[in-house]
Amino acid sequence: MPKAPRATGPKGAPAKTQEPEEHALSGWGRTSPTTAALIAPDEEADIFGSVLGAAAGSRRGVIARGLGRSYGDAAQCAGGVVVDTKNLGRIGPIDPDTGVLDVGAGVSLDSLLRVGLQSGWFLPVSPGTRQVTIGGAIAADIHGKNHHADGSFCRHVSSVTLATPTGVHEVSPDNDPELFWATAGGMGLTGIVTSARVSMRKVETSWMRVDTERHDDLDSLMEGLERVDRLSRYSVAWVDCGAAGSKLGRGLLDAGDHAGVSELPAKRKDDPLAPPRRGLKMPSLVPPGLVNPLTVAAFNEAWFRKSPSRTGRLRHLGGFFHPLDAVSNWNLVFGRRGFVQYQFAVPDAQRGVVGQAIEILQEAGAPCTLAVLKRFGPEDPGPLSFPIPGWTLALDLPVGPPGLRSALRRLDGIVAGAGGRVYLAKDARLEPTRFAAMYPRLDEFNLVRRRVDPEGMLQSDLARRLGICEDPRP
Amino acid sequence: MNDAFGHPDSVLVFGGTSDIARALVRALIADGSTRVVLAGRDPAALAAAAAEATEAGAGFVDTVAFDAGDVDRAETVVDSGFSALGRVDLVVMAVGLLVDDEDAERDPVQVARCVTVNFTWPAAALSRVAHHLAAQGSGRVVVLSSVAGVRVRRSNYIYGSAKAGLDAYARTLNQTLAGSGATVTVVRPGFVRSKMTAGRRVPPLSTTPEAVARDIVKALEDGTEVVWSPRKLQGLFLLLGLVPEPLWRRLPM
Repeated sequence: MPKAPRATGPKGAPAKTQEPEEHALSGWGRTSPTTAALIAPDEEADIFGSVLGAAAGSRRGVIARGLGRSYGDAAQCAGGVVVDTKNLGRIGPIDPDTGVLDVGAGVSLDSLLRVGLQSGWFLPVSPGTRQVTIGGAIAADIHGKNHHADGSFCRHVSSVTLATPTGVHEVSPDNDPELFWATAGGMGLTGIVTSARVSMRKVETSWMRVDTERHDDLDSLMEGLERVDRLSRYSVAWVDCGAAGSKLGRGLLDAGDHAGVSELPAKRKDDPLAPPRRGLKMPSLVPPGLVNPLTVAAFNEAWFRKSPSRTGRLRHLGGFFHPLDAVSNWNLVFGRRGFVQYQFAVPDAQRGVVGQAIEILQEAGAPCTLAVLKRFGPEDPGPLSFPIPGWTLALDLPVGPPGLRSALRRLDGIVAGAGGRVYLAKDARLEPTRFAAMYPRLDEFNLVRRRVDPEGMLQSDLARRLGICEDPRP
Repeated sequence: MNDAFGHPDSVLVFGGTSDIARALVRALIADGSTRVVLAGRDPAALAAAAAEATEAGAGFVDTVAFDAGDVDRAETVVDSGFSALGRVDLVVMAVGLLVDDEDAERDPVQVARCVTVNFTWPAAALSRVAHHLAAQGSGRVVVLSSVAGVRVRRSNYIYGSAKAGLDAYARTLNQTLAGSGATVTVVRPGFVRSKMTAGRRVPPLSTTPEAVARDIVKALEDGTEVVWSPRKLQGLFLLLGLVPEPLWRRLPM
C-alpha cells in the first residue's frame, strides 16, 4: 500500500502537479488490485483544470483516493485515473466560538485531531481509525461510536468544495441540498471534494470516562447497548464470534463520554489535551497462516476474559476511539489473499439478523477476527449514506475458507430481505441486484449525479462492480 | 469487476464448447457471473453452449465463431469478444485439439494443425488479450495447459509439445503483466473424461470437467499461478521429471 507523509499545513513554493504514473492499487483488505494512472495534484485549483480535463480523455473515468482505507475497491479505477488527494493538506484556523474550520480534502482525521486538540476541539465523528481523509469521510459519510447521538460525519459539514466535470461548486445543505446529500456517502461519484467546512466539538481533555460491561450472550449485550445509548454519547460493543450455543454473541460493551479536567488525576492535569501516541509498524513479513481458526479462537477467548466489567475508568481518546491505529499496517497480518469486512445495518425490528449472521459464518467455518456491534440513531438524508436506525455489525473475515463467499452471498439476501444494507466503504464483493435492493434511493442519487457529471466521467471499480452509475464506462 | 474472491462478472471463453469450458461457465454463473461470451468453431455446438449458459442464469450471452487454424484472424476474434462485453473480467483460453499420434506423425498437415490450434493460435490471441487487459488495468486469464506438456511422452508428443509451448508462453506472459492489474493462471489438468478423450484408455488419477472447473474457481480465489488438477499430479510429475531420459523413453506411456 503506497503511503505518503501527510501535509499538515500550507505548502511552500508550489511545484507543478506531477505527471500521472501507473500504479496497482487495492483497498485496505488487499483484495482485487487493479492498475490506474495515479496523479497527486499540488493545488485544490488544479483538480478542475488539469486533472478533470486530463481525465476527460480517459475512456475509463476518474475517482479520488485518500489514505486507501476503504476496505474494498471504492478508491480504485482500473484503466482510468485515480486522484491522490495527499497534497490537499490545508488546515484553516478554527473559529474559537463555533469550532468551525476549512480543511483540505487530503487532511487526515489524525492531523485534524492533533491540530484541534491544541485548542480543545475534537472530531465531530470519529471512526475506528484516524487514518481517514476528510474527502474519504465525506464520500463514505462515515459514522462513529456517537452515531446514536450525533449522526454521521456529513451532518457536521456545512459546505464542501466539489470539483465536477461541469464545474466547481460550493455546495451546502442549504444552497443545493440534493447535490450536498448525494455527495455525502456518494463514494466520490458526484465529483472530487477538494475542501470542506467542518464543525468540531469542544472538549476539556483528551481523556474519556469509560464504563465496560461484560455480557454473556447476545440478548444481554444488545439490551446493554440500548440502555447505555440513552446515557452515553459514545458506545460500541465487541463481539466474540467464536462463542456458540448459549454464549452466542457474548461480548464487551464500552460506553464513554469526554472527561472534564476536574476528573483527571493530578499528573494528567498538566497536559489535559495530550495528543494520542503514534501507532507501531508491524514487520511486513508475516508467517503465512498466522490467522487461522485456532489463533482467532484463542485471541477472542483471552480478550473476553481479560476485561472485567468496571465503571468510570479513564482512557485516552486514542485508545478508546482508534484501537485500529495501535499497529498502523495491521492489514498485512492476513497474508497474500487479504481479508474482507462485512458490515451491514438492519432496522430495529430485524435485530435477529445479527445473531443469524454470526451463526451463518460459524457454520461456514469462517473465522471472524474482529466483530463490532453498534446501534445507529436516526438516518441522515444522503440517498447512499449507509446508516439507518437500528443495528450494525462489522465483521473482519480473512479470505480463504471455502464456504465464506457463498455464506456472505446468503447473508446479502437475508440483509436485503430485512430492509438492511451493506456498507459500501467496506464492500469488496456485493452484487448489483442485491446492491439495488439495499439502496432503494439509487435513482434519486443518479438523477443528481447526472446533473453534474452527464458523461459519467466519475467512475470506480466499486461503481462498475455494483452498477452504481447506470451507464458505466467499461 | 472481479470481487474480493477473484470471482468475475464478465467472462470471455475461447474454446467455449469444450467440456471443461462449459463446466467452468456453469460453475461461474451459479456463483454469480452474469455476462458471458463464448467463442468456438462449431456454430451448432456454440448455440448449445450458449443456451446452457442462459439456462444457468446468465443475463447476457453472446457467441463468436472462429477457427483456431486461422491465426491471421486471432486479433479480430479477440477484439470482437472484448467489444461484445465492454469490460472483460476473466478470459478463458480453452482451445485445444487432441490428435492420434500414430495417424498424425507422418502427416505434416495434421502436425501443423495440432500445433496451430494448441499453441500458435492461443499464443497469438493471448498477446491481444494481454493488450486489452493492460488497457483495462484489470482482468484475469485462465489458460488450459495440460500435464501432457509438463514432461512430453512419446504416446502423445505432438499435442504434448504444443501444450508445453503454451504452458511456457502463458507463465511468462504472466510475468510480463506484473503491475498491469492483469494476471494469468495456468491450469494443468490430467486425463479428463470428456468428449475430447472419448474412446481412449482411462489412466489412473483421471478427472472430470466439473472437478477441473472447481479447481479453477478455487485458484482464482487463492491467486494460484499454476494449478494442477487433480492436485496429486503435481507430486507425480515432480517424480516423473526425475526419471532419466534413457529410462523415460522405455516407459510404456
